[in-house]
Amino acid sequence: MILTLAIRNLFHDRIRLAVTLVGILFAIVLVAVQLGLYVGASRMIVSMIEKANGELWITSYAAKSFEDSGFLEGHERYAALSTPGVAKVVPLIASFSKWNKPQGGSQLSVIVGTDVEDGGLAPWNIVAGDVEALKLPNAVALDQTYLDFYGIKGLGEIGEVENQRVRVTAMTHGIRSFTTIPYIFTTLNRARRLFGLSSEAATFFLVQLEKGANRDAVQKELQRRLPDVEVLTKAELKSRSIDQWLFGTGAGASLIGGALLGILVGTVIVAQTLYSSTKDHLNEFATLRALGSSSSYIHKVILAQAGLSAVLGYALGMTISMIIIFFSLNSALPIIMTPALAFWLFVLTAGMCSISAVAAIMKVTKIDPAMVFSR
Amino acid sequence: MSKIQPVVAARNIVKELGQGAAMVRALKGVSIEINPGELTLLMGPSGSGKTTLLSILGCILAPTSGEVSIAGETTEGLDPEGLADIRRRHIGFVFQSYNLFPTLTALENVRLALDVRGVKYSETIVRAETALREVGLGHKLRSYPSRMSGGEQQRVAVARALASTPSIILADEPTAALDSENGHAVMALLADIAKAESRAVLAVTHDPRTHAFADRILKIEDGQIISDERPADSSDNVMRYDLNKRRKLNA
Repeated sequence: MILTLAIRNLFHDRIRLAVTLVGILFAIVLVAVQLGLYVGASRMIVSMIEKANGELWITSYAAKSFEDSGFLEGHERYAALSTPGVAKVVPLIASFSKWNKPQGGSQLSVIVGTDVEDGGLAPWNIVAGDVEALKLPNAVALDQTYLDFYGIKGLGEIGEVENQRVRVTAMTHGIRSFTTIPYIFTTLNRARRLFGLSSEAATFFLVQLEKGANRDAVQKELQRRLPDVEVLTKAELKSRSIDQWLFGTGAGASLIGGALLGILVGTVIVAQTLYSSTKDHLNEFATLRALGSSSSYIHKVILAQAGLSAVLGYALGMTISMIIIFFSLNSALPIIMTPALAFWLFVLTAGMCSISAVAAIMKVTKIDPAMVFSR
Repeated sequence: MSKIQPVVAARNIVKELGQGAAMVRALKGVSIEINPGELTLLMGPSGSGKTTLLSILGCILAPTSGEVSIAGETTEGLDPEGLADIRRRHIGFVFQSYNLFPTLTALENVRLALDVRGVKYSETIVRAETALREVGLGHKLRSYPSRMSGGEQQRVAVARALASTPSIILADEPTAALDSENGHAVMALLADIAKAESRAVLAVTHDPRTHAFADRILKIEDGQIISDERPADSSDNVMRYDLNKRRKLNA
C-alpha cells in the first residue's frame, strides 16, 4: 500500500508532477552532459597514452602531459634496457609544432613520431591510405576531423611542418584532441629531423616489462638509475595529462561546477515540490498517524514518492541526454555516456530525491495526529 | 459472577492546554470506564472537553496528569511511537469528516488501515472486502470517495475502523456531516458493531437523534463528567432499527 499511496499522491496533481519531473530532468541532462563532456575530454586527453604499449614511461623531469614534455637525449634507453625486468624500450616523440597551411596561415599541432614496427604506438582508425604509407618520403597521417584546420582536402596534399614540406599519405578518423590542437603522425626519424634532434633523442621511452616482472620494483630501480628524469606508470602519466588540461586550464572545474549546479537546482526543485505535496497531504498523513501508523511508515510513503520521481525523472532525463549525446558524437568534443556513468547518475538522482525528501519528512515528523479532530 | 473488564479505564484525567496566562484546563479530573458490548455516547456542549477526552482515550493526546489504560495496557510514560502502537493494536477511529484518502478507492482506504497494522497483502484484501460488505458497501469497493455520498463515505470510515478488529472504536461526531437517514444508518451500524462484536464503541456527539442507539450516555460539561446514564430501552430500539436498516442498506 505504501507504493500505491505514493503513486496516487504523486499523480494526483499532474501539474506538480510535471514540475517535479522537469526539475529532475533538467538536473539529469545538465549533469549527464557536463559529466559526459568530462569523460569525453578525459578519454580524449589520455587516448594516446591509452593506445601506447608501455607499462612505464620515461619522461623529462616534470613532464606536464603527453603533449607537453621535454626531449630526452637517448642514453636513458640504454640505462633502461640494462635494468632487470625490462623487456623492451620504445622511443616516442610527441611535441608541439607549427603546420603551415597550403593557402597561407598556420595551425598549431602536435607531431607524434613513432615507428609502428617497434610496437609502441601506431595511428588507429585509418580510413584512407595505410600505416605503411607513413614510410614514404615526407609522409604524415592526419585526422579527417581537422581537415579544415589544416586547410587541405584529403590524401596527397602538401603542407609544411616546422617549415619542412610534408605529404598527407594516410588519414585517420576520430583521433581528436581535447585542446583542438590536432595530432600529426609520422615516423620517429622524420619527427627527429623536423625538430632537429639527434638520432637517439625522444620525448618518451616506453618501457615494456618482462613477463612476471614487478612493475613497481622496476619503476623504482629505473628511477634510481635515472635520477634526472621521471619514470611514471601509465596511470600516473594519464593523471598528469588530465590534471594539466582539465584542471590546469579550469575546463574540468567548469564542467564539474556545471554538474554541481545541475544537482543543486534539481535538488531544490524536487525538495520544493515534494514539500508542497506533503503539505497538501498533511491531513492524510495525520489520519495515518491517528490510525496508528509508525513514523517510519509515513517516511516510507514520502521516500517512495521521491523514489518514483527519481525513476521517472531519470528515465526522461536519460532519454534526452542520449539524444544530445548522439548528436555530439561527431563534434570536436563528443559527450560520452558509459554504463558506469549511467549507473552513478541514477544513484545521484536517487540521492538527490532522497535529500529532497528530508524537508518533507521533517514536516511530517512534527505532525500532530490530533489535527484529525479539528478538520 | 466476574466483573466485566473495561476496555478503556481513565482515572483523574487532567488536561491543560496552552501555557502561562493562556493556559486552559480542558479536563478537570475525569474518571470513566468504557465496557465492551456497549455503545457509549459522550455528549456535551462545544468547549466542554469531549474531543479532548476522546483524544486522550484514543492515545492521540497525553494527559497532563491521570492514568489511562487501554485493554489493560497503561499509556503512562509512552512516547508518540508507543502511543501509536497502542492505537494500532487496540483502537479504531471514525472521524466527523470521514478522513478518507481521496486518491484511494473504498477498498484501498480500508486496506491501508490494515497495511499500517502490518496485515499481509492478501489478507488485507479479504478483510477489507468483508468489512465493506458488512457495512453494506459491497457494491462500492472500487469507488473513490468523491463518487460516494456522505453516508457512504462514513460507512467506509466505519469499515476501516472495523476491519482491524480493534478493542474499541472511537467516533468523533460520526453523524454531524450526515442527513437524518444516513446519520441513523451510521449509528445503527456502530450500535450493531458494539453488540455483535463485543467490543466497545464510544461516540462523541451532540446530536440528540443518536440517543436511541446508546447503551450508556455520558454527559460532560466544563471538563467534568456530570452524568452517566443508561437508557432503559436502548437495546430494543437498536435491535429493531438495526434489522430494518440493515435490510434497507443491503438492498
